[in-house]
Amino acid sequence: MSRGRESPPARTRRSRAVREAALGYLLVLPALAVFGVFVFYPFAENFRLALYQTPPYPGLPSRYVGLHQVGQVLASSGFLQSLGSTLLFVVMVVPAGLLIGLLLAVAAHRRLRAMAVYRVIFSSTVVTSVAVSALVFGTLMDPVVGLLPWLGLNPSPPILQNTTWALPAIAVMSVWQFLGLSFVVMSAGLSAVPEEVLEAARVDGASERTVFWRVTVPLLSPTIFFGLVVATIYAFQTFGQVDILIGYSSAAFEHVNLLVYDILNTIEVAKTSGQAAVLSLALFLLTLGVTLLQLRLVERRVHYAA
Amino acid sequence: MADVAFRGATKRFDRRPAVEHLDLEVADGELLVLLGPSGCGKTTALRMVAGLEEPDEGEIVIGGRVVNDVEPKDRDVAMVFQSYALYPHLNVERNIEFPLRRRGVDAQRRRQTVHEVAASLGLQELLARKPRELSGGQRQRVALARAIVRQPRAFLMDEPLSNLDAALRLQTRADIVALQARLGTTTLYVTHDQVEAMTMGHRIAVLDHGVLQQVGPPHALYDRPANLFVAKFLGSPGMNVLPATLEGTAAHVARVDGGHVPLGDDGVAASGQVASLAVGVRPEHLALSPSGTLEAKVLLVELLGADVHVLCQLGHQTKLVVRQDASAPRPAIGDGVRIAVARGSVHVFTGESGGRLGGPG
Amino acid sequence: MRPDSRNGSGERGSRCRRGRASRRRRRLAARYTLLTIGALVVLAPLYLTFVSSLLPPSALAERPPPLFPLDPQWHDYVIAWTQGDLGVYLRNSAIQTGIIVCGQLVTSVLAGYAFAFLRFPFKRALFVVFLATLMIPFEVTLVTNTQTISELGWYNTFAGLTVPFLATGVGTFLLRQAFLQIPRDLREAATLDGYGRLRFLLRIALPLARPALAALGVFSFLAAWNQYLWPLVVTGSGNGVRTVQIGLKLLQGTEVSRTDVALAGTVIAVLPLLVLLVVFQKQLVRSLTAGAVK
Ligand SMILES: Nc1ncnc2c1ncn2[C@@H]1O[C@H](COP(=O)(O)OP(=O)(O)OP(=O)(O)O)[C@@H](O)[C@H]1O
Ligand SMILES: [Mg+2]
Repeated sequence: MSRGRESPPARTRRSRAVREAALGYLLVLPALAVFGVFVFYPFAENFRLALYQTPPYPGLPSRYVGLHQVGQVLASSGFLQSLGSTLLFVVMVVPAGLLIGLLLAVAAHRRLRAMAVYRVIFSSTVVTSVAVSALVFGTLMDPVVGLLPWLGLNPSPPILQNTTWALPAIAVMSVWQFLGLSFVVMSAGLSAVPEEVLEAARVDGASERTVFWRVTVPLLSPTIFFGLVVATIYAFQTFGQVDILIGYSSAAFEHVNLLVYDILNTIEVAKTSGQAAVLSLALFLLTLGVTLLQLRLVERRVHYAA
Repeated sequence: MADVAFRGATKRFDRRPAVEHLDLEVADGELLVLLGPSGCGKTTALRMVAGLEEPDEGEIVIGGRVVNDVEPKDRDVAMVFQSYALYPHLNVERNIEFPLRRRGVDAQRRRQTVHEVAASLGLQELLARKPRELSGGQRQRVALARAIVRQPRAFLMDEPLSNLDAALRLQTRADIVALQARLGTTTLYVTHDQVEAMTMGHRIAVLDHGVLQQVGPPHALYDRPANLFVAKFLGSPGMNVLPATLEGTAAHVARVDGGHVPLGDDGVAASGQVASLAVGVRPEHLALSPSGTLEAKVLLVELLGADVHVLCQLGHQTKLVVRQDASAPRPAIGDGVRIAVARGSVHVFTGESGGRLGGPG
Repeated sequence: MRPDSRNGSGERGSRCRRGRASRRRRRLAARYTLLTIGALVVLAPLYLTFVSSLLPPSALAERPPPLFPLDPQWHDYVIAWTQGDLGVYLRNSAIQTGIIVCGQLVTSVLAGYAFAFLRFPFKRALFVVFLATLMIPFEVTLVTNTQTISELGWYNTFAGLTVPFLATGVGTFLLRQAFLQIPRDLREAATLDGYGRLRFLLRIALPLARPALAALGVFSFLAAWNQYLWPLVVTGSGNGVRTVQIGLKLLQGTEVSRTDVALAGTVIAVLPLLVLLVVFQKQLVRSLTAGAVK
């Protein structure tokens, strides 16, 4: 049937649908444009850039080298060291950050007097920025005005220049900064645990400890998985602490050259966008892996439950 | 104000018709009740008038004009939803005022109208409250007020009483009838409650599976149901239906389980043409009487105040209800009784399609 | 309470009750002890910073560190504000954060509305595209984004600071969910009352989605104000659009660099957010845990 012979209602119905669709696209467009230009395009660009070698001097055309560069970067000692530090950092920050957060959340979970105050305090580091945290801890760890010497901890060279202690120092600061988020997430998870289930366990004669480990924690496991991912991604993306407290010029720099810092250095200092693209993709894969792992774990848990 | 009509309106969802080829006219100023069981397409029909659902076939006519292509907002009809659909963030006054704001009514006039309407529904005290601070009945009245305030050409009401308790339902039923009479606005009223339909409607249209079964004034539907579905759906309890066979070719009686019933003349004439037959008798046309033509056993005796319903077993399969005055002597459960059928009260239907063959009226 | 000595079973019951009460009291004390230690550890760094920022430089190295500023010195704040240009940075941060928060709210509302209420081809696919942005950390797009900004001539501009963040997958998701909560009847009632799509959005949908809007607003405020990496990259030179976070870094690393001044700057930078935390804690918690508990 040709359009001209359609009944008028069918035609107006269609034009109404077209108008609705047009409006839909129009409303989605602003966000989509931002995503296109600043998320998807630059993300995809990494795959192209990774195949081109940036020349040592600006102005020269970059050269297609295929996967050669990818292999080169991934096998370079700089990358391996950066990756090693990053993973080490994750190990130092994630379990500690989550455990302390969980502990505080459990302690503050009861409806008791003054609990609101404790809750605000525990979640307070959610709002402290990286720069603020870095300055605060930079002062506390300062060899002159800091508290370390007074506490009898005075490594030499000073802690933030110290190849052994710089990374743990950054990790301590990061655990503190992450604590707020950890606490908030764990608290939310705890309050989603149905009280009746806990009461049922208590009535069945379980001690508080048993209730916690056998009932609360398993019920909390989706939250813990979620926290694990958030914490790991937080650790992977750490940058400001290193930039402010360690920096390029520190003697300990090579041991605290976390991945994002390495990426930025490669862009800004070395100005080799091809190599930076390879590093970016490595970071992406790490993040993706963690997220997928969480999905798998949560799924498996659901299977158990079923 | 305007008349409303469906002309061959059909609406399908995933190929399954929810309303099928509906032809129905609502006269100007009439209160027409759309009655039918759950899922029969009442809401769908109503939504087609509102423009919230587009008919796949046929036309919707309001005020003599085909409105298929008219946007809902331009159809000038007001709807009262089953859920009332009050705006939760606006207080009662704002809720009632809401439709007026889009109609270029100035603030002064708006205020006055809202207060008039609120007063007419006894809502003056509640104007500052939010919907969640109201009782079900109060919410219902706010929803009515919001429909009235627009002075639309027609009201569409979708089971507006179903969320109210029994006593309030009775009261509000009367209020809506009075209101509609006063305003004279064409009203299409949807319900699955046959009592509501009987007491409120100028006319009733009965739907089943999307198909119109019968339209007419309440008494006409009650006295001359077009088919078994209507016969059983109207009345509480509904009509007793008994499978029957004719006794001889020109007999004036039909044989049923446990006895026989007398037929009217036309019923006999028509029933000669069909193989299987069903007869229907309303409970009030039956009486326990030693001279009755049906033999039965009492299963249950229910006292409802003024009335008594006696549930009886006829033969092996058939049950029927006899309605008695409470003052009449009551049988005991298990008693053997005889039931008399009032002369000229027996409806005759075909056994297969359920269509009416004859009966009183 | 003295147990009734004549009634053995009563005595046992009462002693048992008393044991339970005291055990509970002990447990409560343990809980408060743990809470207080936790609170001290969490608060100590910020508190010491605050105290130190009020100390005269000579007192900074005092041991043990003074726990109360007996003689508060406010002039460090003045120096941070004037010489450290903290006033300018705060203004810039306010503008940058304002643009990002407004932008995210607007784009999320529009897209969330489309995804919740409108019918158009490829809607599901597009929604998946929006969610896919959550899988790509911003750090991964840095290489090309810095180039894009320089090609657009957006270095040291608010455009460069904010445009990449004017849309958010989480925000769109949050608002779509909030819009989907609105009953269909309500939308249709508004339609019959003569309210078109835009008016429905403004008069009904947005007021009803207020909790989600607040959560998103607080969350994007926090994220934008605390941004570090991107402002560092695009505000290379000059104070023009430099934000307070970058200002803090500079306070520490230039001639005005004096620990006490830097600490004063830190307090100034974190104070607005502590207020935010106390006032909007509910919204903040809701937005931070949007994905955690389903
Ligand atoms: N949007 C829809 N999509 C698919 N099927 C629908 C839709 N709306 C209604 N239906 C179907 O159409 C039929 C008629 O529905 P309708 O809501 O009109 O019934 P109703 O008579 O109002 O029932 P009730 O008394 O329960 O409200 C039902 O079978 C229903 O399942
Ligand atoms: Mg319905």
